[in-house]
Amino acid sequence: MHNKNLYGLTALFDNPDKIISVAKKTSEAGYQKYDINTPYPVHGIEKAMKLKPSKLGFITLVFGLTGSFIALFFMYWTMSIDYPMIISGKPFFALPAFIPVTFEVTVLLATLATVIGMITFFFKFPENHHPLHDTNYMKQVSKDKFGLVIEASDKNFDLEKVREFLQSLNPLVIEEIYHKEKENNSVLEPKFLTLLFAIFLVTSGTTYFILNKLLYMTPFDWMSEQEKITPQKPSNLFADGFGMRTPVKGTVAQGFMPYLAKGQTNPTGILDNPYLITKENIKLGKSKYLTFCSPCHGNFGEGDSRLRGQFPNPPTLHSKRAQEFQDGWIYHVIVNGQNSMPSYAPYLDVEERWAVVNYIRVLQRAKNANESDIQLSKKENLKNASN
Amino acid sequence: MNIDYSKETAVVAGRLSLAEIEELVAKPLDTKPDKKYFLALSISGGALMIGAVCLALSFYYGLGLWGNNQPIGWAFDIVNFVFWVGIGHAGTLISAILFLLRQKWRTGIARFAEAMTIFAVMCAGIFPAIHTGRPWLDGYLLPYPNQHSLWVNFTSPLLWDVFAVSTYFTVSLVFWYIGLIPDFATLRDRTSSKVKKTIYSLFSLGWRHSSRHWQHYEKSYMLLAGFATPLVLSVHTIVSFDFAVSILPGWHTTIFPPYFVAGAIFSGFAMVVTVLVFVRKIFDLENIITMDHLEKMNKVILATGMMVGYAYGMEFFIAWYSGVQAEQFVFVNRAFGPYAWAYWIMVSCNVIFPQLFWFKKFRRSIPVMMVIVILVNVGMWFERFVITVTSLHRDFLPSSWAYYTPTLYDFGILIGSFGLFFTLVILFTKTLPVVSISEVKAVAEGAQPSHHGGVSNA
Repeated sequence: MHNKNLYGLTALFDNPDKIISVAKKTSEAGYQKYDINTPYPVHGIEKAMKLKPSKLGFITLVFGLTGSFIALFFMYWTMSIDYPMIISGKPFFALPAFIPVTFEVTVLLATLATVIGMITFFFKFPENHHPLHDTNYMKQVSKDKFGLVIEASDKNFDLEKVREFLQSLNPLVIEEIYHKEKENNSVLEPKFLTLLFAIFLVTSGTTYFILNKLLYMTPFDWMSEQEKITPQKPSNLFADGFGMRTPVKGTVAQGFMPYLAKGQTNPTGILDNPYLITKENIKLGKSKYLTFCSPCHGNFGEGDSRLRGQFPNPPTLHSKRAQEFQDGWIYHVIVNGQNSMPSYAPYLDVEERWAVVNYIRVLQRAKNANESDIQLSKKENLKNASN
Repeated sequence: MNIDYSKETAVVAGRLSLAEIEELVAKPLDTKPDKKYFLALSISGGALMIGAVCLALSFYYGLGLWGNNQPIGWAFDIVNFVFWVGIGHAGTLISAILFLLRQKWRTGIARFAEAMTIFAVMCAGIFPAIHTGRPWLDGYLLPYPNQHSLWVNFTSPLLWDVFAVSTYFTVSLVFWYIGLIPDFATLRDRTSSKVKKTIYSLFSLGWRHSSRHWQHYEKSYMLLAGFATPLVLSVHTIVSFDFAVSILPGWHTTIFPPYFVAGAIFSGFAMVVTVLVFVRKIFDLENIITMDHLEKMNKVILATGMMVGYAYGMEFFIAWYSGVQAEQFVFVNRAFGPYAWAYWIMVSCNVIFPQLFWFKKFRRSIPVMMVIVILVNVGMWFERFVITVTSLHRDFLPSSWAYYTPTLYDFGILIGSFGLFFTLVILFTKTLPVVSISEVKAVAEGAQPSHHGGVSNA
């Protein structure tokens, strides 16, 4: 029986030849839980200790390959699928141009995995409370001696026998190593908790300062303070103090056509729909109608506003009156607005306005279809289905 | 003369014992810094402050303070970036490539060279970050999901740079730290100060010099060296792509990748020699960083200098041989145009002066090598200047030709980068072992078993 607190028995030797033979004899004596501590790697020790070759390379291989595949796949996904863009005439999947990044990611992942894997998985580090630390034995092998330690947990361990065995090796000194007493849970110490709290304060304070103050200071404010004229702002550059200028008299904007029916109550005489109802035209009208008109008029022109009463609901476009509107009148309303409806002229150009008019006609016919329309549409469907 | 070439000369001179080696390396960490140390630190710190002030002004008023303007959009910022990345390459070459080539002499200088790699890459990293003008927006360089649904352009050499330099920095740092772990353990076990012991324990992670650990440790060191070797070649290759992938005459050259890598090793070794000459003298490390080390490095400088010289010649040959008028114009303009002075400084510093290293007497003379390596540093800085500025200043459109003149701010930031580098180097010499204790112990005389596996001693 031996002391429960005993970690093991150590012996020190003073030259590398000696430690090789010691390692050989120890492994031949049948000890399993023993270790050789040397200040630097001694060649041939792993052979003498009969250690299996290190399996560290597998971690490197697996993570290195993972790195290559992740990098390649990620670049493929971003450049070919998520946001494909032609750059310098290269194909979306430009393999040669992806090689540098693939290589770098492979190296990065492989080395980090090797090192982290070795330290945590193979060494079980960090371990600053190992019984060997702070012993004379550790101090000596750290400097220039070569040591052997046989652990008490070895199944062949017997204090007297091991001592005899170590004596037979002719060491400089034999030392018993004991387990250290358990320390209190240092995580709960007030000092540490204060430190945590201080870190919390500093981190959150800095974050607050950066996000709410620093980003509004020059030069971090995204160049928001600039010596240039901005719309609706005064400027000392001009005598009248205004930043914005009125165009020279008679200036005509590019693409501008004067609206002939301006202010007229019955413009239908001069406004004639110049666009035929074609598929393309209706498609355009549909998209513009859904964007600009449908929030108030509803997707099918029934006046079912999506604005939940924030804006007065317009009347339905399927009333007898609305169906009898001339094309020109609807166009006129789009351009000038009516009652609470504002002008949509800034948002829709001439073609788009007529396209919306045409689309409203489509809606009106579809919502008020008669028997012959239904027959016609059935025929169309059949034709499409047989194709 | 009878020399036995079958026997290697001792890596560590003076027959030092293991304890003596440790004592020698750890001495700067145990003693308080003296006046000279603070003097050196204040000089480098002053240079750093100059750079910081110039940078702060550049950010406040904008990059208009710099000399860059159309058509010379790239100037000191990119020149300094390439220069510093190049300096870094010597460290990885010494620590990784010479390790794979089983060059034992690397152990004495590897730690310092690796540290210089890390500091040089830090200096280099500043320049691409600041030349965007709004460095707090550099996060856009990373591919992260954002509200614009945009991704970075993975086919651009500038983005490859981001990946290459950040990977290079991370891997160098990890490699360096792995080498430091056993030394931290040694320092932990020899110090008597409680604060130092806590810090060393923390960084040593509880290393026990266990042979079961050494086995994995050596394996990981080899794996990392195996990765660092192609990595270091890839980094300067990708840096050269920044130029070579464009269509500008003078940049669009297939010789760039090997030419840049050779130049990087050339300038890096020159910088390592510059600093080590002082370090070995000041910290009494002449027995660990011996004259043989310096001579071997000078040989590498000679070899890579010739490679660079070959590239200079080959560029001219290809310009003539290609028959492209624009290409020929650029190279004639380089040697005889308005920037001829820069070109000939480059050629004389990089190709002509290093030829003195053919003579053993000069290779082993401290004053001569000091002059030459400093000239090499100057020459290599000018090489990047010549490549960047002379190719840009007369481009396809003669009406926009211009002459680039750097401003005081450009020089201030350059001085600042040197200040940062030397401040870090000076701090490093007093806080960490400048030579790998465990590696040098392992190559000292009598440190390894006399017969393979020590069989006969059993």
